[in-house]
Amino acid sequence: MPRDLVRRWEGLIFVLLVAVVLWASVSVDGFANPSNVSFLLLDTTEIALMALTMTLVVVAAEIDLSVASTLGLSCAVLGWLWNAGLPIEAIMPICLLAGALCGALNGLLVTRLGLPSLAVTIGTFALYRGLAYVILGDQAVADLPSAYTGLATQTLGPIPLVTILVAVLAVVAGTVLHATGVGRSIFALGANEEAAYFSGVRVKRIKFWLFVASGACAALASLVYTFRYASARADNGVGLELAVVAAVLLGGVSIFGGRGTLPGVLMAVLLLGVVRNALILADVANEVLNFVTGLLLVASVLAPNLGAAWRRRSSPQKEGKSVS
Amino acid sequence: MVDKPPALALRSVSKSFGAVQALREVSLQLYAGEAHALAGENGAGKSTLVKTLSGLYRPDSGQILLDGEPVEFHGTADAQRAGVEVIYQEPTLFPDLSVTENIFMGRQPRTGLGRIDRPAMRARAVELFGRLGVPLDPDQPARGLSIADQQLVEIAKALSRSARVLIMDEPTAALSGNEVARLFRVVKALREQGCAVLFVSHRLEEIFELCQRVTTLRDGAFVASDLITDITPDDLVRRMVGRELEALFPKLEAVPGEVALTVHRLTREGVFTDVSFEVRKGEIVALAGLVGAGRSEVARAIFGIDRWDAGRVEVAGRRLRPASPSAAMAAGLALVPEDRRQQGLVMDLSIERNIALAGLSAVRRGALISRAAERDRARDWALRLQLKFSRLSDAVGVLSGGNQQKVVLAKWLARKPSVIIVDEPTRGIDVGTKAEVHRLLSELAAEGVAVLMISSELPEVLGMADRVLVMHEGRLVAEIPRAEATEESVMAAATGRSAA
Repeated sequence: MPRDLVRRWEGLIFVLLVAVVLWASVSVDGFANPSNVSFLLLDTTEIALMALTMTLVVVAAEIDLSVASTLGLSCAVLGWLWNAGLPIEAIMPICLLAGALCGALNGLLVTRLGLPSLAVTIGTFALYRGLAYVILGDQAVADLPSAYTGLATQTLGPIPLVTILVAVLAVVAGTVLHATGVGRSIFALGANEEAAYFSGVRVKRIKFWLFVASGACAALASLVYTFRYASARADNGVGLELAVVAAVLLGGVSIFGGRGTLPGVLMAVLLLGVVRNALILADVANEVLNFVTGLLLVASVLAPNLGAAWRRRSSPQKEGKSVS
Repeated sequence: MVDKPPALALRSVSKSFGAVQALREVSLQLYAGEAHALAGENGAGKSTLVKTLSGLYRPDSGQILLDGEPVEFHGTADAQRAGVEVIYQEPTLFPDLSVTENIFMGRQPRTGLGRIDRPAMRARAVELFGRLGVPLDPDQPARGLSIADQQLVEIAKALSRSARVLIMDEPTAALSGNEVARLFRVVKALREQGCAVLFVSHRLEEIFELCQRVTTLRDGAFVASDLITDITPDDLVRRMVGRELEALFPKLEAVPGEVALTVHRLTREGVFTDVSFEVRKGEIVALAGLVGAGRSEVARAIFGIDRWDAGRVEVAGRRLRPASPSAAMAAGLALVPEDRRQQGLVMDLSIERNIALAGLSAVRRGALISRAAERDRARDWALRLQLKFSRLSDAVGVLSGGNQQKVVLAKWLARKPSVIIVDEPTRGIDVGTKAEVHRLLSELAAEGVAVLMISSELPEVLGMADRVLVMHEGRLVAEIPRAEATEESVMAAATGRSAA
């Protein structure tokens, strides 16, 4: 039954996505032209990148709220090292490493000390952002090489190059989650950690590397972000973690772990992006924009539960058997 | 004692859970002023009886009588109002509140202004401990009290609610010798003040020391109520186990081969001590003992779920790395755990994915999982174990208990283990499936697999095992060959009466 529910949910998101795209194409001026499509895709890049690893983390019944702060820290490191005169080709791997280290600290605190990831990553959420300000202060490093800033906004037809990067990584993440032994283990440990451990799944090792991947992905998103806006600042990407978690939950990943698919999350990232873009084009006020995003999120968390409650009422005798 | 009606009585009470008949027309009389023992093997229905008396369960049929009058308890509050209180093995106090505050939680005496009257509350606590004859500091916080002291606080709490019937569910399981003696003095004081005490214990010597009468249950049915002076400990053991061995166990003769599993002086502090044994290829060795003797804990340590503090484990002569289930599995070990729903299976996942979970490398083609291989592995074992299912992609949670157990077995047998540990392999499954599981274990042994079977069911132990190891309070106390294993000899060792 849960599997069916996920499928049905993804179908719903897909229908919703198509409907919103159709509606916006018809009734929102300027939505359906190539440059807007490029902008829309470009604008969802960082969220999409972080949502890839967040999907795996949440399926494993953990969460990483420090991703946007890791992004900020990586931006600060980039700006600081650039000011110090290092070549950008040397800086980029250092940023990725910094992100991976941020993730490793989260992973160690969660797996070695057994702390809940919600608490750990709320802590490192503040820690990493704070560190970003310590490193770069409130300055903006803007004199970045145009070869890279250009590349970040370059398109192939209407498709931005970075979207191709997202697509490649999405295939990797989707394959890991849905077609490898590690993926099977992630679903198992997310649904029942004890049973997974009793089956020989290396629970702690997998969780640790998921956090590392999450940090590295946030750092990768920071590179795209910095070059796209041609500006490295400590406050880059503030608040993005909520957009990422929103997309993951709207995409049908269970906040309790063990359930969800990567295609669902990608569609949710697009849906949120399209809604936002269309409302901006339709001159809807920013407050309303946040309201609509919030509404979608609440609906996404409520709907599966309402569905379950409705089924329970309509067939009470099945409840005892299928409850787990 | 004879003229007055019993303070609390059960009259042919039955209670079933689904197909399991937990109590079958059980009767019991508890008189004021007596300590009454409730004896029986694991699963005989003692806990169900206690829960029925305390209002947690409602009987399907039969009556509860209070002072000879029929009553109905719709929950523990009803039972407490009638003066029936249960003291559990593990007390549940508020650790940060004082002893006094714990006793009067929710029923604090008030002053005229409605504030809590602390001096009066404290004075009543002192008086209660006076009645019990134990000097416990009423101002001490509950945190840091020993289990024994916490139990006394629970007893004082029960008395403060004017309890007339005290039910003690294995109160001595976690106590030292001195603490047991003190608890017995308290029980004696309670009896003299007119309380009825129902004492549930596995320890025969305690029953004979403390109680005046003993009621025995077996398989949910009443066996006998005896005056303690009328019977001997051996009589009591016979009452507890004395049933015919069913011809349910198709034990194949197997010639034990070389040693497959060696456990040498394995110790986990406070849990089990100095456990040593061997299991040979083709042998079924049963690990018997009472619940809480440390059997499952030994199995968990061998398989790497928990650490051990001293000793070693070898599989086919190779020493195992501690605390690593994956290392144990690589060495050829398998564990079918005690708790099927929580440890054995991921209920939300499908049958095929559960079966594949312990052998992901076997269903891999290159880096990717082959769904076809995954399905073939599941179908192959589902057929061999005669699993009843509609689709292999169904969540395993929709299967019956017996079929779920088959999935757990399939998951491990598909790995072709050289040593398999099965913890309560037939708990909570129907008789037909039970026989299939027994046949399967027997066939495995015949194929040369070393089987270590933990079971609380004596007929299963005696029917299946080539050798019986018995644990008592964290130690291996007896090793009994098949020929000498009887219900009496195993029970005697399990209750700590002798080391055969």
